[in-house]
Amino acid sequence: MIPTNRTVTQSLCRIPVQTASRALVNGVAVLRIPRASPGTAALVPGVARNIKNGESVRRVNAPIRRGLATTVHSNDSSSIRRPHFDKILIANRGEIACRVIRTAKKLGIKTVAVYSEVDANSLHVLEADEAYCIGPAPSAESYLRIDKIIDVCHKSGAQAVHPGYGFLSENAKFAEQLAEEGIVFIGPPSSAIVSMGSKSESKNIMLAAGVPCVPGYHGTDQDPQRLFAEAEKIGRYPVLIKAVHGGGGKGMRVVSQPNDFMDALESAKRESLKAFGDQNVLVEKFIERPRHVEVQVFADTMGGVVSLWERDCSVQRRNQKIIEEAPAPGLSPELRADLSDKAIAAAKAVNYVGAGTVEFIFDNDTQKFYFMEMNTRLQVEHPVTEMITGLDLVEWQLEVAAGNPLPLSQSDIPLVGHAFEARIYAENPRNGFLPDSGSLLYLSTPTPTHTFAAPLALLSSEAAQPTQRTPDTSSAVTPSLRLEQGFTQGAQIGVFYDPMIAKLVVHGRDRTEALRVLRRGLEEYKVVGVSTNIDFLRTLAGNDTFIKGDVETGFIKKHYAELFPPVNEPSPEVLAQAALYVALRDITKSNAPQSPWVSLGARRFNGEVCERTITLSMDQSPGTNINIIVGQTSPGYFDVRVQSPSGSPITFTSVAAQLTSPTTLTAFSRRTTIVSQLTPASTTSNIAERLHIFSADGSKITLALPSPSWLVSLEGDVLAASKGALRAPMPSLVVEVKVAVGDKVEKGQAVVVLESMKTETVIRSAAAGIVKAVRCANGEMVEEGRELVDIDASA
Amino acid sequence: MLSTLSRATRLNAACPRSRWYHATIIPPLISTSSPEFRQRAESMDLLVADLKSRLTQARQGGGLKAAERMRSKGKKLPRERLSLLLDPNTPFLELSPLAAQDVYPGENVPGAGIITGIGRVSGRECMIVVNDATVKKHIRAQEIARENRLPCIYVVESGGAALPHQANVFPDRDHFGRIFYNMAQMSALGIPQIASVHGISVAGGAYLPAMADENIIVREQGHIFLAGPPLVKAATGEEVDEETLGGGQMHSSESGVTDHLARDDEHAIAIARGIIGDLGAAGGKTTPPSAPTEDPLYPASELHGIVGTDPRQPFDMRDVIARIVDGSRFRDFKKEYGPTIVTGFAHIHGYEVGIIANNGILFSPSALKATHFIQLCSQRQIPLLFLVNITGYMVGSKAEKGGIAKDGAKMVRAVACANVPKLTVIVGGSFGAGNYGMAGRAYSPRFLWMWPNAKVSVMGSGQLSQVMTAVSRDPGQHASLKAEIESQSTALYSTARLWDDGIIQPTETRDVVGLGLALASRERTSPHSPYARLTTWEGGAERFGVFRM
Repeated sequence: MIPTNRTVTQSLCRIPVQTASRALVNGVAVLRIPRASPGTAALVPGVARNIKNGESVRRVNAPIRRGLATTVHSNDSSSIRRPHFDKILIANRGEIACRVIRTAKKLGIKTVAVYSEVDANSLHVLEADEAYCIGPAPSAESYLRIDKIIDVCHKSGAQAVHPGYGFLSENAKFAEQLAEEGIVFIGPPSSAIVSMGSKSESKNIMLAAGVPCVPGYHGTDQDPQRLFAEAEKIGRYPVLIKAVHGGGGKGMRVVSQPNDFMDALESAKRESLKAFGDQNVLVEKFIERPRHVEVQVFADTMGGVVSLWERDCSVQRRNQKIIEEAPAPGLSPELRADLSDKAIAAAKAVNYVGAGTVEFIFDNDTQKFYFMEMNTRLQVEHPVTEMITGLDLVEWQLEVAAGNPLPLSQSDIPLVGHAFEARIYAENPRNGFLPDSGSLLYLSTPTPTHTFAAPLALLSSEAAQPTQRTPDTSSAVTPSLRLEQGFTQGAQIGVFYDPMIAKLVVHGRDRTEALRVLRRGLEEYKVVGVSTNIDFLRTLAGNDTFIKGDVETGFIKKHYAELFPPVNEPSPEVLAQAALYVALRDITKSNAPQSPWVSLGARRFNGEVCERTITLSMDQSPGTNINIIVGQTSPGYFDVRVQSPSGSPITFTSVAAQLTSPTTLTAFSRRTTIVSQLTPASTTSNIAERLHIFSADGSKITLALPSPSWLVSLEGDVLAASKGALRAPMPSLVVEVKVAVGDKVEKGQAVVVLESMKTETVIRSAAAGIVKAVRCANGEMVEEGRELVDIDASA
Repeated sequence: MLSTLSRATRLNAACPRSRWYHATIIPPLISTSSPEFRQRAESMDLLVADLKSRLTQARQGGGLKAAERMRSKGKKLPRERLSLLLDPNTPFLELSPLAAQDVYPGENVPGAGIITGIGRVSGRECMIVVNDATVKKHIRAQEIARENRLPCIYVVESGGAALPHQANVFPDRDHFGRIFYNMAQMSALGIPQIASVHGISVAGGAYLPAMADENIIVREQGHIFLAGPPLVKAATGEEVDEETLGGGQMHSSESGVTDHLARDDEHAIAIARGIIGDLGAAGGKTTPPSAPTEDPLYPASELHGIVGTDPRQPFDMRDVIARIVDGSRFRDFKKEYGPTIVTGFAHIHGYEVGIIANNGILFSPSALKATHFIQLCSQRQIPLLFLVNITGYMVGSKAEKGGIAKDGAKMVRAVACANVPKLTVIVGGSFGAGNYGMAGRAYSPRFLWMWPNAKVSVMGSGQLSQVMTAVSRDPGQHASLKAEIESQSTALYSTARLWDDGIIQPTETRDVVGLGLALASRERTSPHSPYARLTTWEGGAERFGVFRM
């Protein structure tokens, strides 16, 4: 059952020291000078298992550096590199699972994936060596099931578990239970998770360690009146209510005036309870022009801690990050050193091991920073740190988990160029960044230049203070682009999990260059099927204030008008392209002999030109129809007449046009990607089909082919028959049905509460009336357009 | 020498469709820079330009005002209905677009107020008749549909027969009643009859949707009744509006006269497309060609300069063939025998075809050669294409002694009874008995098209003058008669009277004929069925058509 025959010595002998060392820094040959052993026990996976063997291992009061650490004596472990695991399990999905698998593959480590029923065909399942289904779609029944994951570890013989981010990554119980089973948790010791998981406890520890914290109340007394009193005590509103166990913006509310406090408190508690199973909150001073600056720290089991420099993740929406960069713009070397030193101190204070992020709130006005929280996991935005350091952080995690010391000392850690990460989400920026769901009907991405961060030459810093550094922009950095994605075309960006589609990571010699590469990459990232924030990110990356590096967490709100310019009317050329696409796609090409009734195409005789009127409308404002007349003058050549409602008709004559692929139109000397999306037949709509047009300049526009009026008329009859029906706006889970048949409802009364992508939506009655029928039940999954409740308004 | 030949033969057998030197490729012998060529081209260009402008005018239909009136009622124009009906990016072969032009003095009836033609609907070639009113064009379209087993779609909007013209459209065999007679018989033969009513369909016109196998009516727009409200009031005193009397709602829900109730023009056409899509085996099938299509080696535009417009100027029909057939390949049959007629095999748009073309007056050997060739094609079931430029059969004692009447008769008999589809293109003149031997209208070719320069009459104008001098002494009379006969022999005169299926440009001949050959490839009504071609119908094994219930 357990590979007991594998001894430490055998494994060690297999790997020559130099080779092992060299592999560490992405191919850059480095000879590391081993540090003196701190005398702490490091763990060798195989050995750990032997110790456990069914008997419960209890921790003693000795300093513990690992989740499962018990004292094992090894002979001068520091001087000899310990081997990696043979097989690890990744308790996650999506891009991060794929990310971990890639590094594991690079290192020759076998991988085990786990998946929920809806993820059976997802990328991480395909890429792993083994994959096990661990339950139905809801994460509580699959990705959060500790027992099932441990079971898979035993079944597959995985020696360690990488938790990724989210799910169980910061679950101390998970870390403990793995330890009990003799499985290594690739992450910090559970004690550190516990300390840092509680906002109030972590602040106390930090204050003790000399790390500055934001004033506020972090106590256990959760009486709303007490909390309100504490809020008043801070002095000035706004104040912030935050779930003690929260993260990622969940269970967080900003209160701008005392009157709103109680409502906000209640809703924060409810959300927290739901997301984290705990409703304790804390109250804090709210900084008005804050920046979000965080430091990536890494610690080994021997007490070594380094800073891999900071990241700026200030630009956020809905309190969640969408764009991150490293290093933070505009930091003096002194400030950088201060941040790094405080972050290292924070990690040391909780005997941290592995990858962690110390988040600071940075007051733009005072240039002061306060400790916010420490994330005891590898973060979503870790690639930007990798790009500027040339490192593979997952490799470092595995290295540390294997019991090896940190591969580099602080003064050897590069800080080169500038990196950005843009998170591509299925969401609708113009509609309050509301998450969207659906399947990726079409996905076309820029070609990545690198899979991992490009290796960087090591410049050992001779400075007295190793953390006081200025980013190196002098060396010639070739612009690079990485793509971290967990989905392929056809995948469902679901109702059940995070709507992040991919991360686009770029690196350039300086911020300006990195932004240029980022914009170009975003232009080439094309998604159809769900609304995305790509256009928004592109605008953001080209925004003057952003380019200047003048960032803050309220950036989007402050620059809203610039970031959301009025939607331009499509140019006549774009309209012509759309019409040509519609006309050209009916041309079938075949090598088999064809009747001239097919092969002659739109042949007309005696000077007649076959003209086709194509009616298009703007996706957002159906009803304003634009007629475009396409006439084929000779095969491959078209006259196009655009009759937009505003202005006189514009005619393009003899336009050479062809479809070079089913989604590529070549016309007007340019290539345009056009993807058609049919409206599902089951839904009633004025739009028969949508055309997503990605122009050569990177702008995306969606045009609609309206349904013929007779179809709308027929649908009108169907709709009239079910006027009072309330339908699900998106695939979602029914949280609560608030009415029963026969109930009287008022206009605007909440009828059903839905949950989709972890966000609640309340369906309200459109008119006063009596509930005629209820067609859904609590806890049921409903598809988009499903009738939930029928209300008879006439009653 | 022998070895070279056998090698060539072997190569031909291995790559019969290659463009290497091949004995069957017609060589390029035309000089496009000769003054003669230029002169001919110029005169043909003028004729073609005139034709185009007439057709452009005809296509505009009832004019802008009428179009606006229809649009304001939410109606589509006839040509808009047509283009919605057709599959996108497929050809439309319009028939006789210049019918009735200048026939009724003082009246301009563009295209005879009716569009007929063959197009693809839901993947099936169909005969489409938009509007009715003109009996002759309608009946010709039905004839073509019947011969080619094409499903018929009637898109109806018409006020019925014009009372002042009743004598010209009502009593005779090929008048109004024939339309319904044809519909009934085609339905019995399994050729689907579909009608879509977009406007008034009154009196006799009411039978068009009523006789159809399956029909559609547009709500609050289409009306079907035997007599309209004024007539009803006069007859019975009943006061009733159009919608109650014969509206779509009533006919679809109460009388059962219509099967589908459409919301608007577009909806009706969408339903019609659906019906055609569901025709099953009755929809018929076009057989794809046996060989891939290949463009001719020489440009079709040179046809203008080769043929010209003067019927007295001879030209080599092989130069015409070279610009029509696939790869300009033509396998001559009996090349050296009776050289005034050219016979041989070729492909057009991949379809095999036997071509009979004139290179001069018909002598006995020419007639015999043609007869032989028609028999070959009948036996091999290869359709025939007649490229006509004939002044007639040879006259004179030598010819009569040689039995030209007997040999000419053989050719006429062979043409009349040939057991294959025939297509005729008149590229020059078609005079006298030559018209019979070269599958003139009376010999029921599936299609007959004319070039703009084509002439059809009992004799050529040169002969005519001589005959005139011989039989009459009044020179004034000669001149006026000659002028009259000449004007009556033009393509425009002919096409206005439905003596052909339309004038086509020389450069379009290849595509038009290719479409016709594709139609000819469709499964034919068994030649053994006595009902296939009979003009009288006496029942038998064939069923009735579809009765409307």
